Parts: sequence; C-alpha cells; structure tokens
Amino acid sequence: MKTSLYINLQRKIILIVLVVSLAPLILLGGTIYYQFAGMYKDKIEEQIRYRAKAQAEAVDVFLKERITLLNTVACTHTLSELTDEQHLSEIFSVMNSKGGAFVDLGIINNNGQQVAYMGPYDLLGLNYYQQPWFGEVVSKGIYISDVYFGYRQLPHFIIAVLRQENQNTWIMRATIDPDVFCAIVRSAQVGKTGDAYIVNKAGVYQTQPRFDGEILSKSHLDTALFGREATVIEQKDGQKGEVLYAGYWLKTPRWLLVISQEAAEEMSGLLVTRNVEIVIIVLGLLAIIMTTVFMTRLFVRRLKEADNKINAMNAQLMHSDKLAALGKMGASVAHEINNPLVVVMQKIGWMEDLLEEEDIQKTKNLEEYKITISKIDHHLDRIRKVVHNMLGYARRMEPRLEKVDINETLNQTIDLLENYARINNIDIQTDLASDVPIIANDQAQLQQVFLNLISNAIDAISKDGLIEIESRSTDSHIVVTISDDGPGIPKDQQKKVFEPFFTTKETEKGTGLGLWISYDIMEKMGGTIMFENKEGKGSTFTVKIPIVLPEKE
Amino acid sequence: MVKIPTRVLLVDDEKDFVEMLSLRLQEAGEKISAAYSGKECLDTLEKTNIDVVVLDIKMPGMDGMETLGEIRKRFPLVEVIMLTGHGSTETAVEGMKSGAFDYLMKPADFDDLTAKLEGARKRKDEQEERIRKAEATLLLRKGGNI
Amino acid sequence: MELFSILVVDDEEDFVETLVNRLKKRTIDAVGVLSGEDALELLGKREFDVVILDIKMPGGMDGIETLKEIKKIQPLAEVILLTGHASVESSIEGMRLGAFDYVLKPIKLEELFPKVAQAFEKKDVHNQKIRSAKIKQSLRYW
Repeated sequence: MKTSLYINLQRKIILIVLVVSLAPLILLGGTIYYQFAGMYKDKIEEQIRYRAKAQAEAVDVFLKERITLLNTVACTHTLSELTDEQHLSEIFSVMNSKGGAFVDLGIINNNGQQVAYMGPYDLLGLNYYQQPWFGEVVSKGIYISDVYFGYRQLPHFIIAVLRQENQNTWIMRATIDPDVFCAIVRSAQVGKTGDAYIVNKAGVYQTQPRFDGEILSKSHLDTALFGREATVIEQKDGQKGEVLYAGYWLKTPRWLLVISQEAAEEMSGLLVTRNVEIVIIVLGLLAIIMTTVFMTRLFVRRLKEADNKINAMNAQLMHSDKLAALGKMGASVAHEINNPLVVVMQKIGWMEDLLEEEDIQKTKNLEEYKITISKIDHHLDRIRKVVHNMLGYARRMEPRLEKVDINETLNQTIDLLENYARINNIDIQTDLASDVPIIANDQAQLQQVFLNLISNAIDAISKDGLIEIESRSTDSHIVVTISDDGPGIPKDQQKKVFEPFFTTKETEKGTGLGLWISYDIMEKMGGTIMFENKEGKGSTFTVKIPIVLPEKE
Repeated sequence: MVKIPTRVLLVDDEKDFVEMLSLRLQEAGEKISAAYSGKECLDTLEKTNIDVVVLDIKMPGMDGMETLGEIRKRFPLVEVIMLTGHGSTETAVEGMKSGAFDYLMKPADFDDLTAKLEGARKRKDEQEERIRKAEATLLLRKGGNI
Repeated sequence: MELFSILVVDDEEDFVETLVNRLKKRTIDAVGVLSGEDALELLGKREFDVVILDIKMPGGMDGIETLKEIKKIQPLAEVILLTGHASVESSIEGMRLGAFDYVLKPIKLEELFPKVAQAFEKKDVHNQKIRSAKIKQSLRYW
C-alpha cells in the first residue's frame, strides 16, 4: 500500500517533469526545423525558378536570332537569287559560319514545291503542300515546328518564314541542328539528379531529357499546371521521391522549358542540419530523462527515508507517551489503593493485637487465627510494595530541565553518603575541575546516577578504602569518574554490570536495578556511562554528560 | 581524626566577655561569630550557617527569651544554649521548655561550655542526619530502588 | 500508668481509631483527632510527648501549618509526619522545620515504633535537663 504510493508519486513526478521539460524542447526543435526547412525550400524553389526562367530566355533568344536571320536572308534576296544553287550554298555557309546552327536550308514555292535545297539530305523537289505547317506558314508568316521525325527519320524541328516578293510568295525553311539546340537546353542541367528539357503543350519531349524517357515520347508532366510566370511544382516520383519541377513557357513556340531537381539532393544540406538537430534533441531528451528518473528516484528514496524516520520517531513518541500514560494511570490506581490499604493494615494489626486478649487465648482456633492473620499481613505487605514501586515509578516519569552545577550536585551527593562512608572508614576524595560549566539537565536524575555509583563504590569496598571522584569538561561533555579501590568486578560478570537485576550484594541490600537505571537515565540524556576494571584494584565508572547550555533568561 | 569545628554564634551585650570567649573557643578549634544584640543575632543567622547559638538572657533591647522565640520560629534546627546570671534559673527553665538545648550559669566554666556545645552540636547533627537519610531514601525511591 | 502520650492526627477516621486502639493496647496514652484544628485545641489543654501528624489533610489546616503551630504551643513535643509518596518532599521540609522524622504510608508498627522511641528519648533527655535545672534551682533557694 505504502510502496505503491511512492511508486505512484515517482511516476507522477517523472511524468510531469518530462512533459514540462520535453514539450518545449521538442516544440522549439520542431518549429525551428520547419521554419528553417520552409526558408530553405523557398530558396531552392526560387533558385530553380530563376534557372528555368533564365534558360527559357536563352532558348528564346536563340530561336529569335534564327528567325531574324532567316527573315533577313529571305528579305534581302529574291527567289531567283536563292534558287541559284551556287548562291544558296554561299548564303548557307555564311549563315552557319556565324553560328547559325542550321542543318539545312530550303526554299519552297507557293505550291509547296521545294525549289532549292542546301543540306546533307536529298530533299530537293519534295512537295510540302500537304504538310500541316505549310498552311500555318502561309497564314502566319512565321512557323516553328514541334520536333518530329520527318523524311529523314531523325528528331528535328524546323523554322519557316514567308517571303512576299511582288505577287509571288515563297517560303524559306531551315532545320535547326538538334544537337546544338539540345546542348543549349541541357546546359541548365546541374548536379547528379538535375534535368533540363523542353516539352510541348501536350507534354511530349522536344529535347532529350537526361532521365525519364526518350525524345518525342510522352512525359508525365501535366503542362496545364504551369502558369504564365515561372512556376514550380512538386511531384512525387516513385523511386526518386520528391521531385521539384520549374517550368517556363517560351515566347515563340508554345514550348515549356522544364528544369527538374530531386528534392532530396537539393535538401541534403537541410537534411544534415535536420539530422544534427535530431541527434542533439535526442541526446538532450536522453539526458533529461535520465536525470529526471535519477533525481526523482533519489528524491523519492530520500522522502521514503525521511518518512520512515518520522514514523519511527512517531512510534517512539507514541510508545513513550503510552508509557507515561500507563505510569500516570498506575500511579492514580496505586494512590487509590494506598488509602484503604492504610486502614486495612491497621485493622489487621489491631486484630493481631486483640488475639493477645486472655479470653481469646482460650479459643481452640487461636493458632488458625494467628496463621491467617500473618498470611493476610504478608500479602498486604506485598500489595504495599507493589503500590510503593508504582508510585515511585510514576514520580520518575517526569524529567525536567533546570540549571545544574555538576560539582555542586556531586558535593551534595557525597554529603548524603559521607556518614555512611565514614562509618565504614572509607575516605572520599574529590578533584573537581573549576571550569565545569552550568548545564541544563535534570538534577534529581543526575544525583540519582551519582548516588547509585558512589553507594555502589562504598558497598564494593565494604570497609577501609578510598573513593576518588573527579570531574572535568571537554568541548562537548562533562566527564565524571568515580573510582574505588575495592576488589573490582570478576571478569565473567563484567558484561552483565548494566543489566537489570544484576547485583553482587546480598539479596536484602540491593535490587540490582541501580546501575541499570543509571544507564537508562544517561542514555536518555544523550550521555554515556562506562565501566573499567582495575584487576584486583577496584573499578572506575566514567559518566559522560553532554553539555547543553541553559537558555539565557 | 581532625575535629570538625562547630559553628558557634556568641550573643552578649558585654563585648569584653564575647571577645574573651571567642578567643578561647577559637583556640579550641571552633568557628566563632559574634553578635551584641538580639537583632544582630537574627541578622547573622540569616546570613551565616550556624550550628549553636550561645545566647545571653539579659540584654538591653530585644531580650534573650524573645530572641530565643524568634530563633526557634525562624531557624528551628539551630540549637541554643542560654547564658544566665545568678538567680535567673527560672528563665533558663522557661527557655529550655520552649526548646533551648541547655543553659549555663555565668561565669561559665569553659569545660562545661565545650561539653554543652558538643551536646548541642550532636543533637543538631542527628536531626540533620535524619533529614539527609530521608532525602537519600527519596532519591533511591525515585530510582525504583525501594 | 501510661508510659508516654501520643496524639494521632489524621483525617481518615478508621485509621485514627484503629491506630489509637493499638497504641492503647500497648499501654500508651494515645488520643486521636481528625483535623489540625482539633489537634491544636487539644495541645492547648494538655501535653503530649509525640504527635503523629498526617502531612496531607484535605480541607482546613494542612500538616506543615499544623506542625508550625504545634512547635509554638508545645516546642518540646516531637512530631513524626505521616506521608504518602507524593508528599515526601513536604515531609523533608517539615523536618527542617523541626519535625523529628517521617513514616511512609501505609505504616507498619515495626517501622513506626523505633522512631517513636527515638523521638521520645530525645524529648526525655531534654526533660531530664529541665528537671535537673529545676532541682538545682530548688536547692539553691533551700
């Protein structure tokens, strides 16, 4: 019952302390982490968004330059000039020498017939009239195709511009070197997982991505998610986990430049920070938990010990209270018995006296009367002794503190016994230190102890001898020694000296309670009483009384 | 054995007599105090421990009988030996009836005086011894030694 | 002819009566009274050698007061105090006031008599002295 109480208390304290100390720590750690993570992510997004935008602009510039170049060539030349193979070849080489990145160049008349062609493929004379882009160029003046395989069975895209020459319209068409174009796009690829590519509106790859499939295959990006401005979206990808995609729509063709990055890589710095934080927090937690548990256990153990002590003290107090109450009760009972006993004893005595009368002397039962009366007398005597002991005990129950001069007390005690000693020709010599302080103690009880010891010494000597009584003070105690030059106490009896009912005196002379009571008194005072035998030369009793100074009045 | 001195208080209005007697008693090993009137006698008893008072019956002021009464009342354990002049034995008897230990006729024989001092001292010792014994019994009884 | 006279003073009537009877049986001139006041009244009328006085009497005069008065009326009467456990200190005080001794209640005659005898002896010695003083006085006048 009591043990579970302590365990409960221990649990409660641990729980409360842990909650109170851990909650803020975890909360703080979490908050800081999420704030930091948010900022970190924002920064990464910003970065990737910026990269997407910058790359898209670069691609746009590249495409615009090609368009302008084509337009310039178309506008500054006539159809007849351009259909001249020699001339066209010159123009083509000039265009490419200035970083044109054109694979081929073709002139198509308004019937869709390719009338001139410069390039590695044999495409002269092909008719594009049926091709969807043909109509587009005619209606809009400029056209950039999506990437397609076309006649040459290689992924490529074309730029076509329309030229109005008098009444005649014709088209200049050029194929962009896919390697050069792809290289431009790919230059935005960073890190181990970074990717950069272009998809058209339908999400089909326009350049070869680093991962995730082939050119002209369908990507899993939903282009509708990307708005007018540079947009960053986050998608879960089976194996790679979180992937960040930043997309930016190109100006000229409706293409989307995408820069992708696995979050894990970008966040690795953050992850390290997070892990460090987690380690610190976990270590902190462990330290707190261990300290809390340890301290609580210590605390509860101390509490338990203190409780035990208090309980023991209470028990002792209750015990001595009980004894005192018993003593008082015994005393009052004894007192009540004593009063009638006084009368009864006299009455019995009177009856005894009356038996001496002459006429009673003649009764035949005289002897019986005498025996009966003496029996009653004997038992009354027993009652009397019990009552006396009882009353004597009750008187001893109340210790009181007063100012005690040990030397004075010793002198008084010696006075009491001096006559007794003188009769037996025993000399009592004293050597009392003058610096023995006045202490607070129970004088009657101390006198009792001295009386017991000195009278024992006298009895031990029995006749002709010397008793030496000495007092001196140490820092904490007053030491009184009482030595006699009697026969000492036999070795086999030395252990029993302080036991009750131990006596070397004749039965009638001592009860064997004196030393026991003295021992008891000294123990209660917090002092000690010790015994030393001087083989055949008597014995020495040493009494140590703690110095407790009386309160100043 | 060394004699334990009896503490004697001499009370007489005749200074010469007191001084002479003091010297002799001191010579004999007693401890002497002196007073020259009844009042002075009581004051001395108040301050000093005295065993026996040797008291002149005839004194101006508070006379011997009156002083004796006061001594008996206030210091019942102190023994009194009265000094009487010739023809005042009746007063001495009265004094003894009210508790004085004995009387001496002036001029007192010194041996008589010391013998009576001894007797008075003895009677006082006996009473004190009884008291001491009673106290010892009381203490022993407190210790449960009865 | 009685040997000597004893006055017993105690508030317990049965006790006084029985003790007086027992003393009388031993040819002692014993009288019992039940209070300090009665004792003093009787002591005013006649002389007693020994007074056995209870130190604790409820109501009226207590033992110590009675003792002081007895010593005034009859300075030569020896007083033996009867005492219970609680009043041994008072008895010792009584002895300092001139009481001869004390006896613890309940008393046994074996304990009481030696003390009575000693008390009487003390008084008797004193009376002897008074008597011889008186004799000397008579002889002087004669």
